[in-house]
Amino acid sequence: MNTDAAIHHDDAHHDDVPKGFVHRWLFATNHKDIGTMYLVLALVMFFIGGAMAMVIRAELFKPGLQLVQPYFFNELTTLHGLIMIFGAIMPAFVGLANWQIPLMVGAPDMALPRMNNLSFWILPFAFLLILSTLFMPGGAVAGGWVMYPPLILQTGESLAFTIFAIHLMGISSIMGAINIIATILNLRAPGMDLLKMPLFVWTWLITAFLLIAIMPVLAGAVTMLLTDRYFGTNFFNAAGGGDVLLYEHIFWFFGHPEVYVMILPAFGVISEVIPTFARKPIFGYKPMVYATASIAFLSFIVWAHHMFTTGLPVGAQLFFMYATMLISVPTGVKVFNWVATMWKGSMTFETPMLFAVAFVILFTIGGFSGLMLGLVPADYQYHNSYFVVAHFHYVLVSGAAFGIMTGVYYWLPKWSGHMYSERWGKIHFWLSAISVNVLFFPQHFLGLAGMPRRIPDYNVAFADWNMVSSIGGFVFGASQLIFVGNIIYTVYFARDKAPARVWEGARGLEWEVPSPAPHHTFSTPPTILPGMLAHGDITH
Amino acid sequence: MTQPATRSANRSGAHCLPRTLLALAGALSSAAALANPEHPTQWQLNLTRGVSPLSHDVWDLHMAVFYVCIGIGVVVYGAMVYAMFKFRKSKGAEAAQFTHNTKAEVIWTILPVLILIGLAWPATRILVYENNTSNSVLTVKVTGVQWKWFYEYIDYKGQPVNNVSIISMLATDSNDARQMDSGISPWSIKSKHGVDDYLLNVDHPLVLPTHTKIQFLITAADVIHGFWVPALGWQADAIPGQIHDAWGQLDKPGTYRGQCAQLCGQDHAYMPIVIKAVPRAEFQQWLVTQENKSRMQDVSRTAQVVAAPGAAPQG
Repeated sequence: MNTDAAIHHDDAHHDDVPKGFVHRWLFATNHKDIGTMYLVLALVMFFIGGAMAMVIRAELFKPGLQLVQPYFFNELTTLHGLIMIFGAIMPAFVGLANWQIPLMVGAPDMALPRMNNLSFWILPFAFLLILSTLFMPGGAVAGGWVMYPPLILQTGESLAFTIFAIHLMGISSIMGAINIIATILNLRAPGMDLLKMPLFVWTWLITAFLLIAIMPVLAGAVTMLLTDRYFGTNFFNAAGGGDVLLYEHIFWFFGHPEVYVMILPAFGVISEVIPTFARKPIFGYKPMVYATASIAFLSFIVWAHHMFTTGLPVGAQLFFMYATMLISVPTGVKVFNWVATMWKGSMTFETPMLFAVAFVILFTIGGFSGLMLGLVPADYQYHNSYFVVAHFHYVLVSGAAFGIMTGVYYWLPKWSGHMYSERWGKIHFWLSAISVNVLFFPQHFLGLAGMPRRIPDYNVAFADWNMVSSIGGFVFGASQLIFVGNIIYTVYFARDKAPARVWEGARGLEWEVPSPAPHHTFSTPPTILPGMLAHGDITH
Repeated sequence: MTQPATRSANRSGAHCLPRTLLALAGALSSAAALANPEHPTQWQLNLTRGVSPLSHDVWDLHMAVFYVCIGIGVVVYGAMVYAMFKFRKSKGAEAAQFTHNTKAEVIWTILPVLILIGLAWPATRILVYENNTSNSVLTVKVTGVQWKWFYEYIDYKGQPVNNVSIISMLATDSNDARQMDSGISPWSIKSKHGVDDYLLNVDHPLVLPTHTKIQFLITAADVIHGFWVPALGWQADAIPGQIHDAWGQLDKPGTYRGQCAQLCGQDHAYMPIVIKAVPRAEFQQWLVTQENKSRMQDVSRTAQVVAAPGAAPQG
């Protein structure tokens, strides 16, 4: 063990890349390699979850049951949610963190490289496990990604496998979060004070604390499901003195901060990209940090707004309504700051900027419907309808996923050393930005007209908007093939070399190293010179 | 493909383009027009205003917050669009270097708080009103079961109701049509008044009096269900082991349709809720008839047992 560590330590001072697939990838401890693996896994999961969404939209293309039986439809909606949240969005952000945080704070690697390897390599097995449940007798879990008892306890034997997979994902997330916190707090280059850090690093620091706080709560909730199902406990069984609502409380105590886990790092990406392409420093750096921290704090005291229709006492409903409404204040500050950053800038609209602008516009639409949902009496009409589906897809697809795409286009030249195709990037953007609205905007109408979520078939009054939505869905799904094509082109086929400072207006340590970033960077801490950092002379 | 299935494909194809465009234009031009409270309509854009004093309040709140969002959207998006056209590098814009503006920041922190207070005020009032089930005239217990609704009339005008209950399941024509490869077009399923009631019709509707404050006691027997009739202005989760009370009032006779809102297993899409609201006198008559019927059943059941002791189970 000791010699192993010594050899590895020695390796780190050379710039040679480990030879052979097993050494390079299976035994990977390099933050860039692990970041790449996270991003590739996320992309694969994005397409698996996306394929499920395509089947769902195809079944909903017109009324009547055409393609899949209702139970299988429920398996698809459930797995689509779990795969997209835990398999696509979260690993993609961890991948961005792995690549960028050491580069941005001037660290040679993540603080705990071996744990980094473990936290990645757990994930493929977790997802193989959860996908394998589709082929088990009785089928996969079909109670929605929230897995409410008693319904979820009616699942076949796949329940135990799913719960184990969720435990694995949770362990992976906690280890990833510990690593990120340890890296940011310990490995910053001299002169990189906390309040000089890039906002992407700040948002991830706060996100990592959220993850450590909430993943054990989810693990506890699903473990109680496991013991209720297999060991005769009655946590959630009313007939045995248990309480069905207890599960909802525990789940959403995890679930609400979880939605901020998926959006705060996207806020960070957007806060990097808009100043770069506006050629102007971010407006209100400190308010951005404080707003992120307030959102994170508030996210712990709003969980019951997912449960307004369960019959909570009026006082509790009022408290959670006020707390929920309060979140729109720091969120609003962030949006206003982005707009103010663009104000009197000198803007160009390369693909990352296009995605960032679309993020601000479309995430804000999700924010508006979120405000509407926060008002309890109105929520009594919106809850569990397609209005909710529209709301969270606006914040997760045109929010979180667009944030990830923004980051990928922004940093891909740094990772690969080549420019992506700007023309195809723009085609990808316009097709995605238009189709995502054709896909999700009509779902607001469907929900308001009374269409519940998670149904495979519906009354003919809902037929027209569903058809529109499905067409948007197919176009959106197909457009993502352009994204993959562009990435493959950039990494393997593009000829033109990207400069170290890929974007004219980019500031920060990651732009001080060559493109592609060498296998080992900042083996000795960089000397930070005036003007090198985006927020080097913060007085605001 | 079977003959009727082809017909259904034609049907949906034919209704598609020209009619669709017309309908869309109609729907958009009358976007402010009120939705039908009884059932959803094609190209419907907005929430129904419902037929209950409560649902009217909820609708007003919904529209208020909607207009607030529109207002904020116009300001924020307007500023963004202006900036994107005005401050382009290609137009020779020079980047300013300012990073804060205290006045603007104070305004955009305080102003949203004031707007939120303006929204929270009516929301609180409506919520308190909504949760006050006192002085109700009729009490109905609603139990969600996989995959049907069970309604029991508990009391009416202060008098206990004698054993009147309804088991309400998806109507047979919808149930036949919903099967995969049934060959029956969903568009062919209509009520006798010509309403498209595919998946929104039941064998026995819940009969309720109009102009009456009705208390609903909502629970479930197996898994969580969701009782949602948009015309009433709310939905309530039906949770095993808990009783969720809510009130509603139907100020217009009619047939009001809703659905189970909470995923409850494979046939979640197939347990609609239909409320038939009738004038009070008619309801009174209906209730008496039902009570007599159930009394008769009790009598005949007792009579059977007495008359045929041999039919009793033998040890």
